[in-house]
Amino acid sequence: MSLQFSEKGEEKFQEILGRYPETKKMAALLPVLLLAQSEFGWVSVEVMDYLAERLELHPAKVLSTATFYSMVNKQPMGKCHVQVCTTLSCALRGGYELLDTLEEQLGINTGETSSDGNWTLSEVECLASCGTAPMFQVTYSDGEIDYFEDLGDPDRLEAVLSELNAKLASLPDPRKMHDERRN
Amino acid sequence: MEEKFLSRHFTVDKAFNLDVFKEQGGYSVLGKAFSMDTDSIIAEMKKSNLRGRGGAGFPTGVKWGFMPRDSDVEKYLVINADEGEPGTFKDRYIMELDPHRLVEGCIITAWALGLRTGYIFVRGELQLAIRRLEQAIRQAYDANLLGKNIMGKGLDFDLYVHSSAGAYICGEETGLIEGLEGKPGQPRMKPPFPAVVGVFGKPTLVNNVETIASVPFIIERGGDFWAKLGIEKNGGPKLFGLSGHIKNPGVYEAPCGITVGELLERFGGGMLDGSELKAFIPGGSSCAVMTPDKLDAQMGYETLREAGSSMGTGCITFMDETTCMVRLSARLAHFYHHESCGQCTPCREGTGWAYKVLNAIEAGRGRQEDLDLIMDVIENIEGNTICAHGDSLVIPVRSYIQTFPQEFQDHIDRKGCPFPVWQKRRKFAAAEAAAE
Repeated sequence: MSLQFSEKGEEKFQEILGRYPETKKMAALLPVLLLAQSEFGWVSVEVMDYLAERLELHPAKVLSTATFYSMVNKQPMGKCHVQVCTTLSCALRGGYELLDTLEEQLGINTGETSSDGNWTLSEVECLASCGTAPMFQVTYSDGEIDYFEDLGDPDRLEAVLSELNAKLASLPDPRKMHDERRN
Repeated sequence: MEEKFLSRHFTVDKAFNLDVFKEQGGYSVLGKAFSMDTDSIIAEMKKSNLRGRGGAGFPTGVKWGFMPRDSDVEKYLVINADEGEPGTFKDRYIMELDPHRLVEGCIITAWALGLRTGYIFVRGELQLAIRRLEQAIRQAYDANLLGKNIMGKGLDFDLYVHSSAGAYICGEETGLIEGLEGKPGQPRMKPPFPAVVGVFGKPTLVNNVETIASVPFIIERGGDFWAKLGIEKNGGPKLFGLSGHIKNPGVYEAPCGITVGELLERFGGGMLDGSELKAFIPGGSSCAVMTPDKLDAQMGYETLREAGSSMGTGCITFMDETTCMVRLSARLAHFYHHESCGQCTPCREGTGWAYKVLNAIEAGRGRQEDLDLIMDVIENIEGNTICAHGDSLVIPVRSYIQTFPQEFQDHIDRKGCPFPVWQKRRKFAAAEAAAE
């Protein structure tokens, strides 16, 4: 039972490959790692082996790249991975308070995933949103990303959190996504 | 009111769509560009005094001149859209609100230098920018503005978006090339420069988003026109991102040469009520910190160097009197340590040591000898690494210690930080007070 991209994932994979010279398949690795993450929930060694085979690369090359980039999750995250920026302008405009508030509201510490698998809370470096600080980015388990900015206003934060809560039911559980994609 | 260029579409509804962009006059400059040859386009670029907007400020026309002229050599265009320098958020605006302007600039650049393939290297977090660019590119292909025999002029040019996966160091042009090739973004030794050996071993032009988005205006109105909009050696207007303890943070277009004080008052709305300016960083976290007596410094590469700092990305962070310079320097050291690619020992280890020592001072565990220790650590990073990442920590940290020596001394003497915790956003605090 080996992993395989979904039909839609395979289509996207081929489209990504088409951007690079035929002899330079490795160039597709960064976007393909993110595609694989949206398909399989997280990038396990099994996923890396699958990508190595698909891109005709030594698995060590995939490992070396996968472990270098911060958006590639080497373990399952929550359905909503909330990433709070605390660099420079965000630190000045309430990034740390936002992080504290979220720890309280989500009931987890920074760096943790809730036991129901819904939330992961992380502190991250600058997300190029300095004029709309404080803010966080949410990476959903389906690979989509949203920026939520200007979160200094508690009402706005509350509205964002209810929006995210409502979305949870429609998101796949990253811990189970590997099994759903086995042929 | 000055005429707007780079920001003129920021307030136009759906300018990211081709039809709206064209209604506004978009792509009409291509006819003129296609009637010009390589030499005349490079001559206009040189005359314009446009400087690279990614932070280094290298003259764009000169950089273009380094590209080989042979028409049968495969050459690449790579757009550096890996915006991530703390305090910097301007390129995002172009990609999200006016993506066709960037595509238009890419087409002209490809025509001028005989480039057949281009990649826009966007940081993976900026998904809206990626979607808007991908849509703009699809629309451009459908309108024969990209692809084969563009507008019947015999130009074949393919343009793709390459999404990165989270690494600040990929903003360094050779780290970016490594990332584009699917490798860890560890910068390469230079020379050879990318114009000789770039992506896939081929000559490559790497330019910032704002730089290439300026090209259509320079071709349309002429290099002299663009140069006159700025000051000596710093042509044109540019986007300035203002953030920190100010009333109206945001991205604003103004001519090069505008003073920091004018940007703060005219666009930023001044400091927040009850806030007093203590310091500012003129162009992203790697620039030396400046004090209010330098508010009359002009935004330009030479003028800011004379004033003791650098223009960087032109995105200014303003800080009020509650900001602790020790904590800020420790926070920035943490950033540079976290983002070090790890291949050069002085940077990999030195940034971590700098963070530990600065953090100890902030936490009240500083010893008198730590001030010399930190200077020793950063001096051992400076100039000893492949790329400028390590130096980007050295410059600010040294400037915080030299500009605010008393603050560092106080932390050591009092065994702690006299400043309030990182400040709540004023609006947030006010709303809480009202609720009580």
